Amino acid sequence: MFSYCADPSTLEGLKWMSCYLTTAKHMSLYWSFLTVLTLLAITAPAALLFGFGGASAARSRIAPLRWFGKAYIAIVRGVPDIAFFLFFVIALDQAFEWVRHQVKCPDWDEPIRQGNDFIVCQAAKLPLGNAPQWIHEVYGFSLAVLTFAIVFGAFAANVLYGAMRAVPRGQIETAEAYGMTSRQTFWRILVPQMWVYALPGLSNLWMVLIKATPLLFLLGVEDIVYWARELGGTKTARFTDYPHGDWRLWYFLALLVFYLAFTKVSEVFLDRLMRRLSHGQATMGAGS
Amino acid sequence: MSCAQTILDYGLRAIGIGERLLPRSDFTLCQHFTLIGSGLIWNIYFGALALITGFFFANALALAKASPNPWLRKPAEWFILVFRGSPLFIQFFLAYFLFLKLKVVIPAMDWLTAAWAGALIVLFLNTAAYSAEIFYGALRSIPKGEVEAADAYGMTGWTKFRRVIWPTMLRLGWPGYTNEAIFLFHATTLVFFSGFPTTRQMGDSLYYANYFADKTFNPFIPYPIVAFYFILLTLTIIGIFGIINRRLNRHLPGETKRLKYRPQIIR
Repeated sequence: MFSYCADPSTLEGLKWMSCYLTTAKHMSLYWSFLTVLTLLAITAPAALLFGFGGASAARSRIAPLRWFGKAYIAIVRGVPDIAFFLFFVIALDQAFEWVRHQVKCPDWDEPIRQGNDFIVCQAAKLPLGNAPQWIHEVYGFSLAVLTFAIVFGAFAANVLYGAMRAVPRGQIETAEAYGMTSRQTFWRILVPQMWVYALPGLSNLWMVLIKATPLLFLLGVEDIVYWARELGGTKTARFTDYPHGDWRLWYFLALLVFYLAFTKVSEVFLDRLMRRLSHGQATMGAGS
Repeated sequence: MSCAQTILDYGLRAIGIGERLLPRSDFTLCQHFTLIGSGLIWNIYFGALALITGFFFANALALAKASPNPWLRKPAEWFILVFRGSPLFIQFFLAYFLFLKLKVVIPAMDWLTAAWAGALIVLFLNTAAYSAEIFYGALRSIPKGEVEAADAYGMTGWTKFRRVIWPTMLRLGWPGYTNEAIFLFHATTLVFFSGFPTTRQMGDSLYYANYFADKTFNPFIPYPIVAFYFILLTLTIIGIFGIINRRLNRHLPGETKRLKYRPQIIR
């Protein structure tokens, strides 16, 4: 990156460090921080949407829908989240390919599961075999985002379900007394009022979501954990211009500091938001 | 091969007893259930030991955090901040590489790089931090009247703590602590995915589920089995903690007979 980096073997101390930390691979590491932030930026609203759907389903008057909503919340919460991550990444992939297979190759007569293989016709492969590398990466990343959204959607559904029940009963009864339909009551009375009850739970969820982002590594995305392991490992002079010993400890220490800073900043910000939102409300959070 | 034979061969495979080689082809449902179930031994080992040892440390930490003495309070606050503010996954990695370095300096400490010891230490510290925060919150919400009543009886120091403050703290913090225990058991599935190597393929339930899913490329059998086992485990934990909760609340009039599992605080 810098002009004096041309011959790394002559460099010393700080100069060596500045060259080392700006190699192409380190740039990939810095970009992967952006991957984490992108994941958070997409997953948080998506999980909220799933959560809203789940919570609405769980209090639906139609029994099968209600069972579905409650089962969604209960099962995802009762099982380790990484089991879900590992499951959904393959399951979603196979589900998509299966649907495409049914649509695109209707006259295919061989079974899809042959022993230990999952075989769909060429046209149904996702992504297509001849697709460029970046499509593969984007596809993998979107699978990861969808998985995160499903899992954290269940947590959000739990929070929102509680928040919907926390809205004072009198409010609903008043709305009904005014002759609102149940749909109107839901959208005009319940939904606007539930957020302040949901916020503590949701901010907690945000923290959990931040701390779950390193699990991207398990989903096969080249994220910060992947690069920290790659770059930190022992490098001998034969393969690189910047030989060093086993530095993985320091790389992971840096990641730890990054996450600490991130959660701390989030905490301060969310505290401030909570104080603003509960301003003037007759809840425990206000007035202190 | 009958299912009973499979159970004999693989029932304790996770701790190295039984058949040496894992099944390689023609997987049966029985093999799935047996191997994943035997992996559960590790989850229970990590979870139970970390929970029991972490409980004592958490009490000490909560008291230290509530202490007026800054020499006690500050370290406790920092400890809790670091372990609650960073992902457990990163902590596992960091600890593993730290133990690797330590092994070079002191070769006699090489057992730390094995999962049974190294990961247990990380889980112990992690759960201690989370539980300490729960107990600290409970400590601060002890009704003033109870402490004043203890004062009025002339109790001081250790007697007051042991008879009034500590039981009340436990009673108030118990629902949150139940939740923490459940999540600790869930967190144990991370161990073998985070640097800590398995020796001779002795892994936990998720490790074996992942093994099957990799071999058969069919996630719809092994992962639901893991889910089934963990739901059983969760129900057991709720049952045990419910019994303790009843004992903690036995002096109170009937209202808090049952432990309501309505988790709000998640990690």
